[in-house]
Amino acid sequence: MRQPLLRLDGLTKAYPGVLANDNVSFEIGIGQMHALLGENGAGKSTLVKMIYGLVKPDKGQMVLRDLPYAPAQPSEARKNGVAMVFQHFSLFDALDVAENVALGMENPPAMRDLAKRIRDVSEEYGLPLDPNRLVGDLSAGERQRVEIVRCLLQDPKLLIMDEPTSVLTPQEVEILFRTLRQLSSEGTAILYISHKLEEIRALCDEATILRGGKKVATCDPREKSARELAELMVGQILTPPERAAKPRGDVLLSVENLSLKSNNPFGTSLKDISFQLHAGEVLGIAGVAGNGQDELLLMLSGEIPSPSGQVKLKSQPIGQLGPNARRVRGLVTAPEERLGHAAAPDMSLTANALLSGAARKGLVKNGFIDWKKTDTFAREIIAKFDVRTPGSHVLARALSGGNLQKFVIGREIELAPDVIVVNQPTWGVDASAAAFIRQALLDLASAGAGVLVISQDLDELLEVADSFAALNEGRLTPVRPAKGLTVEEIGLMMGGAHDMHPAHEVAE
Amino acid sequence: MIRLEKRKEPSKFWRIANPFLAVALTMIAGGIMFAMLGKDPITAIRLIFFDPIFSETFGSYSRPQLLIKSAPLILIAVGLAIGFKANIWNIGAEGQYIIGALFGAGVALAFFPQPGWYIFPLMVIAGAFGGFLWAMIPAILKTRFNTNEILVSLLLVYVAEKILAAMALGLMRNPDIAGFPGSRDLRRYEAAYNAELISGTGIHWGVVAALIAVIFAYAMMTRHMLGYHVQLAGQAPRAARFGGVSPARLVVICLGISGALAGLAGMFEVSGPGGQVRIEFASGYGFTAIIVAFLGRLNPIGIVLAGLLLGLTYIGGELGQMMLQLPGAAIQVFQGMLLFFLLALDFQTNYRIRLTQGARA
Repeated sequence: MRQPLLRLDGLTKAYPGVLANDNVSFEIGIGQMHALLGENGAGKSTLVKMIYGLVKPDKGQMVLRDLPYAPAQPSEARKNGVAMVFQHFSLFDALDVAENVALGMENPPAMRDLAKRIRDVSEEYGLPLDPNRLVGDLSAGERQRVEIVRCLLQDPKLLIMDEPTSVLTPQEVEILFRTLRQLSSEGTAILYISHKLEEIRALCDEATILRGGKKVATCDPREKSARELAELMVGQILTPPERAAKPRGDVLLSVENLSLKSNNPFGTSLKDISFQLHAGEVLGIAGVAGNGQDELLLMLSGEIPSPSGQVKLKSQPIGQLGPNARRVRGLVTAPEERLGHAAAPDMSLTANALLSGAARKGLVKNGFIDWKKTDTFAREIIAKFDVRTPGSHVLARALSGGNLQKFVIGREIELAPDVIVVNQPTWGVDASAAAFIRQALLDLASAGAGVLVISQDLDELLEVADSFAALNEGRLTPVRPAKGLTVEEIGLMMGGAHDMHPAHEVAE
Repeated sequence: MIRLEKRKEPSKFWRIANPFLAVALTMIAGGIMFAMLGKDPITAIRLIFFDPIFSETFGSYSRPQLLIKSAPLILIAVGLAIGFKANIWNIGAEGQYIIGALFGAGVALAFFPQPGWYIFPLMVIAGAFGGFLWAMIPAILKTRFNTNEILVSLLLVYVAEKILAAMALGLMRNPDIAGFPGSRDLRRYEAAYNAELISGTGIHWGVVAALIAVIFAYAMMTRHMLGYHVQLAGQAPRAARFGGVSPARLVVICLGISGALAGLAGMFEVSGPGGQVRIEFASGYGFTAIIVAFLGRLNPIGIVLAGLLLGLTYIGGELGQMMLQLPGAAIQVFQGMLLFFLLALDFQTNYRIRLTQGARA
């Protein structure tokens, strides 16, 4: 047994209405790679926020290197050698790498020294990073390196990583793992939060599994199968979605050689995109975040118009049509960002049902809204898609992410579209709800609709997609049948390891 | 230690309570101001808020004045509130009010002295059209060149004032009275006179128009797709685009509606209570209406109440000038305070103030 670094003892934290953590205890050893597993809402984030000093536990103690440890704020945690890389980066696009790193430090050294230290550390750990580059120009993987290097400069004893691979290609994941293993061998413990089981089995030597705020097991993940871990996490037996095999139909949606400038200065412009979507087909589009997914969705939804004739729905050009005209013709979309894009946060679910329902559901007569009918529509969505909410009058922002996602996807599916485009359909949704959403998309395809799924979750795409393409810096690879593709091939389609291999080879 | 916590949902209680609290705080702060001016604060406050309605001596004069002063405020504020909800900020209603009045008066003066039932309706249309046109300048500049509508609409107020002065001294001047600025008195031209409809109440066509505007605005905001789009655009611009709202179209519609209503208000004023095109015709209704819109919570019904209250301060301010020799600017300070307190108090609609012990910043 390793020497313990951090011991958690009966940590409990309650929020109004939920017990986020209930008497959680476990130990992290010096230099150990410890996984924290659990579904969304299992209490992982609350737990690490307590370790990082963002949240105060209601009950329980922590002991760090045999001393009582109760950080009141993150700076105190950092002083004690606890560092954290968040899932959502806190970086400024318009500043360069060194400036961003300096902003996160208590006492930043002079810029020139800092730049040198950034180069040294990034070389030592095989994470090439140019301190003078603008963060806005970096890929997601590179941005993550900025965050990691920022932590490493503080010489941490415990590094907390929250879902670090969700923004990486498989090749980039491999490089990250090498860095983490190196850190671990030098005595830095790593608390690794994820729900990707294969990763954890490849990387960690101990795993703590949370479900509903309680610890359900601590085990060696290498001795369990991914399925066993999943069932511990979910607490029930999972059934993979099923789909009826059937021949592919006519082309419903086609895009030809389309290039389109992004409307966001730090966005990714689409370059020479071509694909076809057939009736009954599920086309999966993979790619690391920020490679043109948003722009692709906006282009298809009609929020960014495109030259007439290059986008066709059922052979009719739709490039110049707005979102509602496209909905009327049978094309619906569900954007990635639920709050603020797919739904208006401060409006009720009923009012949000009208957002895209107005065009296809006959909810509006002569410009006047039939609120009764709209409310019935909202209730239908809530009932069919098991949206957990006290009622349709509740504001969208009061719903949890997963519940709102069910509502948004449910709304679009209920519109009975000919073509549906979804971006990250199960992001932040728990496993059973995710399975439900995937099944609903597959059912839609079986009924003859064309389904386009844009996702960063490869497991999801491999589960639902018939055909497969990847976005890489605004370009789309040719569409290939999903059957028989290996993760290695998919990784290469996604652009491999965005020019990040060399440094490690040099360092070794 | 004081801490601010963002509320999960905006507090409904404070949304309703804040306007009342703001009025109370304004009375207190206003009283202090009057005391510093050497006036008895109680008398001054009573004179402004109570005497116009309840006094036996001037009640009979000032009660009808209430509707006369409130109607333009309500008419303008209802239009402004629609734009404000969509985050489209027409600050230049005063200018649209002036141009509406000039268009309305222009029609009347063109027909003078001819009789005809159609003259007044034509003036109504011209007034609305004038305000609409003036509001289209910031609207088109915004949609074409992405200029800021706050600045453009505000600066156009001063252009409108210059045009008003030029008209009063030039084109529209009464040719029958040499040497005096100002147009003919429309109250003496029957076909154009916006007369009191029920004697002793102050109700003229402007009051009727305000009432109709309130009902239409209410129906539009709660039942019509346009009202839904206005709210969407204000609360979640990206969701609005997802819902098929064209931002440029919305800018034109919102500025158009508020401009037309402000123009109408100006036309009813110049053909009735105001009477003639004069240099000092504009009395700040277009700016005060901004306060009315916010005090009324951008809600048509709330705007009626807020309009009546601010109308009251206009009359009370006049009384204060007469009876206590309060400076004319004091009432503007008073109205400004009302908005100031309201905006400050509104903080607690979205945030909760917590007193904590020993917490670290």
